[in-house]
Amino acid sequence: MGKVIVVTSGKGGVGKTTSSAALGAALAQNGDKVVVVDFDVGLRNLDLVMGAERRVVYDLVNVIQGEAKLTQALIRDKRVETLYLLPASQTRDKDNLTPEGVEKVVASLKKAFDWVICDSPAGIERGATLAMRHADIAIVVTNPEVSSVRDSDRIIGLLDSKTLKAENGERMEKHLLLTRYDSTRAERGDMLKVDDVLEILSIPLLGIIPESMDVLRASNLGSPVTLADENSAPSRAYFDAVRRLRGEALPVTVPGERRSFFGKLFGRKAA
Amino acid sequence: MLTKPRPIRLKGRSFLALSLAPELPFEDWLAGLDDLAARSAGFFLRRPVVLDISGLDIKKAELRTLVDELSQRNVRVMGLEGARHSLLGPDMPPAMNDGRPASDFDPSAEDESDEANESVAAQDALAVETIEAAGPSVQVTGSLVVTEPVRSGQSVFFPEGDVTIIGSVASGAEIVAGGSIHVYGTLRGRALAGTTGNGSARIFCRKLEAEMMAIDGFYLTAEDMEPDLRGRAVQVWLEGHALKTGILS
Repeated sequence: MGKVIVVTSGKGGVGKTTSSAALGAALAQNGDKVVVVDFDVGLRNLDLVMGAERRVVYDLVNVIQGEAKLTQALIRDKRVETLYLLPASQTRDKDNLTPEGVEKVVASLKKAFDWVICDSPAGIERGATLAMRHADIAIVVTNPEVSSVRDSDRIIGLLDSKTLKAENGERMEKHLLLTRYDSTRAERGDMLKVDDVLEILSIPLLGIIPESMDVLRASNLGSPVTLADENSAPSRAYFDAVRRLRGEALPVTVPGERRSFFGKLFGRKAA
Repeated sequence: MLTKPRPIRLKGRSFLALSLAPELPFEDWLAGLDDLAARSAGFFLRRPVVLDISGLDIKKAELRTLVDELSQRNVRVMGLEGARHSLLGPDMPPAMNDGRPASDFDPSAEDESDEANESVAAQDALAVETIEAAGPSVQVTGSLVVTEPVRSGQSVFFPEGDVTIIGSVASGAEIVAGGSIHVYGTLRGRALAGTTGNGSARIFCRKLEAEMMAIDGFYLTAEDMEPDLRGRAVQVWLEGHALKTGILS
């Protein structure tokens, strides 16, 4: 039985889709069978980020409504052969996702894959609650700024009350993925500090992804950043996050701390 | 001309309402309701009624028809319980939550006699008695301990007594207690203590970042708090009609 991960945040634009694709690709590079499922029905993006937008024939809603088989809707990645995508429908809306249908699809994906990554839409409505419903593990994507942190806090509350695990009295495993972390802005004090975010959300930290042009470039190329450039700073941060997800005790380093040290040296020279 | 305005008092209070749980199809259910109303005229008159629609798969239009049908029968719906967000709106009764169960109320079982007016009056009196007997007796003696952080959007409601939170209260979260509130963490949300009229209740927190605090209806917003209290361990109490704050050393 595979593990079901929901990538969620409450707020939009914090990097759920980018992170879903990057984590999926990183997990699959070890040979694990991974499927990334786009739950953002009506506003799908995962197919673009994974470079499969021209190959979408059937989608999640087709499968749920019995118009296509699951195997027909799954798209295999051309670069990593154990990585699959289940796209969302762009023409329907989220009301087409039924609790029974989602349960069936997730159950069959769990049998066939080692990891099922559910890319949640923003918000706390139907799409988001159905994406988290069957999860074993939740990855809460947060930017270091107040509105994102508060929305994440709200989502954590829902993860602890509205999911199947919570309703069965079990505890959902939750991890914080801090994305778009900008070390220069952090130095200036324009952003929340890592410790402040951790204090507010009080869930374990899975990783800190630095703000980087590499992420945008990779998205525009239609490639998860962990495939586009394995040695870029965000890629390395995602690979480390995946190692922690597999249970490795790897300490988290705050990006830019070393750079700030060099920055100080440089600054001193210049002065 | 500036005169010192009288403070506005906000108080939490709990009332007992009848909760009606309609069943599908509504036609049959309304027929049953009509039958009940025919046997005890005026049963729903002047009674606060909350419609419990949790678990019902209905559309907004159907709900609106139901509310209209009920108001034609003099049943005034004061709130909706268990309604999905999509069913709510400005034209609908407000959403209610945190309802606590009282004992079941089954008017049909008590209403077998056919004598018209007399039995109605007797039945009415009986109903009132049943309701009061089933009402929650608010005793400010209990205590509730929450060992998890209270997340944004969550609300801890405990009119029976003190609330202790081992963890933080997030921005956008709310603690409502009949007694005192103790937060062993950062208080970022709202804390309303002594809401059942207990002016001796206090609020304690290890780190103050609160959006609002109130005791017995007298409140203090973040803007009115002294800036040097922020981030400190603080207690809040009521003196006369004003909230007092002090740093806990």
